[in-house]
Amino acid sequence: MSESILEVRDLITAFDTEGGLVRAVDKVNFAVPRGGTLGIVGESGCGKSVTAMSIIRLLPQPAGRILQGEVTFKGRDLTKVSPREMRKVRGGEIGVIFQEPMTALNPVHRIGKQLTECFLLHKKMSKREAWEASIEMLRLVRIPAPEQRIGDYPHQLSGGMRQRVVIAMALACRPDLVIADEPTTALDVTVQAQILDLMKRLQNELGMSMILITHDLGVIAESCDEVVVMYAGRVVEKAPVKELFANPLHAYTRGLLASIPRIETTPKTELPVIPGMVAGLKDFVPGCRFCQRMERRGPSLRERPAFIEASPGHWVEACPVCYGESGTKGGGA
Amino acid sequence: MSDLLKVENLKMHFPVHGGVMMRQTGAVRAVDGVSLSIRPGETLGLVGESGCGKSTLGKAIVRLLKPTAGRIEFEGVDITNLGTAAVRPLRRDMQMVFQDPVESLNARHSVREILEEPYIIHGGMPSAERRKRVGELLDRVGLPATSADRYPFEFSGGQRQRIGIARALALNPKLIICDEPVSALDVSVQSQVLNLLLELQREMGLAYLFIAHDLAVVKHISDRVAVMYLGKIVEMADSETIYREPKHAYTKALLSAIPHPDPTREVDRVLLEGDVPSPIDPPKGSAFGHRIAHPRYDETIGKELPLVEISPDHWVAADPCCLEGEDLKRAEALMAGVSG
Repeated sequence: MSESILEVRDLITAFDTEGGLVRAVDKVNFAVPRGGTLGIVGESGCGKSVTAMSIIRLLPQPAGRILQGEVTFKGRDLTKVSPREMRKVRGGEIGVIFQEPMTALNPVHRIGKQLTECFLLHKKMSKREAWEASIEMLRLVRIPAPEQRIGDYPHQLSGGMRQRVVIAMALACRPDLVIADEPTTALDVTVQAQILDLMKRLQNELGMSMILITHDLGVIAESCDEVVVMYAGRVVEKAPVKELFANPLHAYTRGLLASIPRIETTPKTELPVIPGMVAGLKDFVPGCRFCQRMERRGPSLRERPAFIEASPGHWVEACPVCYGESGTKGGGA
Repeated sequence: MSDLLKVENLKMHFPVHGGVMMRQTGAVRAVDGVSLSIRPGETLGLVGESGCGKSTLGKAIVRLLKPTAGRIEFEGVDITNLGTAAVRPLRRDMQMVFQDPVESLNARHSVREILEEPYIIHGGMPSAERRKRVGELLDRVGLPATSADRYPFEFSGGQRQRIGIARALALNPKLIICDEPVSALDVSVQSQVLNLLLELQREMGLAYLFIAHDLAVVKHISDRVAVMYLGKIVEMADSETIYREPKHAYTKALLSAIPHPDPTREVDRVLLEGDVPSPIDPPKGSAFGHRIAHPRYDETIGKELPLVEISPDHWVAADPCCLEGEDLKRAEALMAGVSG
């Protein structure tokens, strides 16, 4: 990648629990290409959202904290800036789109009040200017009749419309980077298609960079330039999107790709599956965690595999067992 | 083969009350005239977006709800208006698996208590026999026998769904209504549960009504697929046909909205405007024609748009807004044949 807007280096985020300190994100490295989209894919509990929350420093308090690492955004290390400055970055230079549009919006305030807030906090605008700018934002996210809708409460809007409002809030201050955490997971497929299309168009119009977190490989394939595959708190593979789908190297990536039912597959055939499930945070082994899932024994569980560049731009966690292995059991196709 | 389940023109309306006197001011037409049938050992997939009435239809079929109108037949017996007591024996043959495995299992009961309950309700089994059956059920759904003395919270989502499936299997049913059984699960766990359902069907000859919003999942597990939109079935055919030769505009839109896990594929998409309209005040004519603002929408106002068999075993609503070219001509000819 030529130039990055955000670089995450050796990030470790941990939570205090009764059983001691556990690492939800364990030395993660990636960069977001300027003007492009980085996808983070993985199953629940693999650390995708904690990574995002570490970047914008919205970890649950007091349990969560960044133990180590740098998050370089436009030349500054976000792990070091003051909380006051961080508030300016959040919502100003970095916009955030959360999964649940119902919980991301305050149900007792009209959407106009919530939208103007972004402008009043981050830009020196009068209330009137902020109101005008908010209507403009609603128009930008293609909400019909924005002058009327701005007076609605969130419950008066459909799920898709609410997500458009959340997007409008995230983009209000024309951020350089948008972090979208499962932005379409709660939506119907036809509405998901509308929202993904909208996000792509806005990204082009406004020249933003984006981090898109999702468990849906279809969404990744369609929307991302670079992909990071996370498993159990670590990045197991990282590559440009076409390369990753054409040439997956890690057993987990291969397993994920093989196990999803596709519309083209023959009905009622057995799907290849990844056996077992992700271990709990407390039980993570120091070595290869996918080997742990596959109930393997031996040296691969003891030492963390090196993260190597297998071909230009294509990185993989080179566990001697998982690197190049299929990752599934059973299944014909 | 005769049908295991037959549903005819089923309607499920919920009254809406309003005003000072709380009089009935309208009705939510959640299910509005659905006909379908399921053969023994077959899977019928029911797909549609949220609010289309698919879950309500499932609940009405197992008689958790009392239908407003229409007829439900199970093994040739009319079960539409059975009372609470008369419905109970029916539950031996017809069971349900719910979407949320957390909500649908009693958190204060151990897995053993959860799985023994069907035998206690349906009576007469000595406790030693029940213990043995619980062990068999757990084995059947791929859980260790030691799970019996643990509680639901000790299990992951996928394992909890296995417990839900084991409970549904307890009485050896003939039909299981699966309401979004894998939607809450992670991708890799989803395929494990789908495989389990397929395997159980092969071994036990179960029939499924598989309700879900994900067309790729539904197509994978079903013999036939019914597409539902705003309380009505708009298209029904075998899974391969629905995918290869969709006729109805809504089915086409649903298919094209699925993101494909293939970055080299050009995205060529029919983007729909708006959302599913409200079933409280549905459009007077073709519901989907209204959403896409079709020029022929006015013709459909006040008209019935029944399903016609456009090719063998391929049924589609005879809707001038949603069919094209030859399909439309054929549907209109079939309609003329019906009325004439």
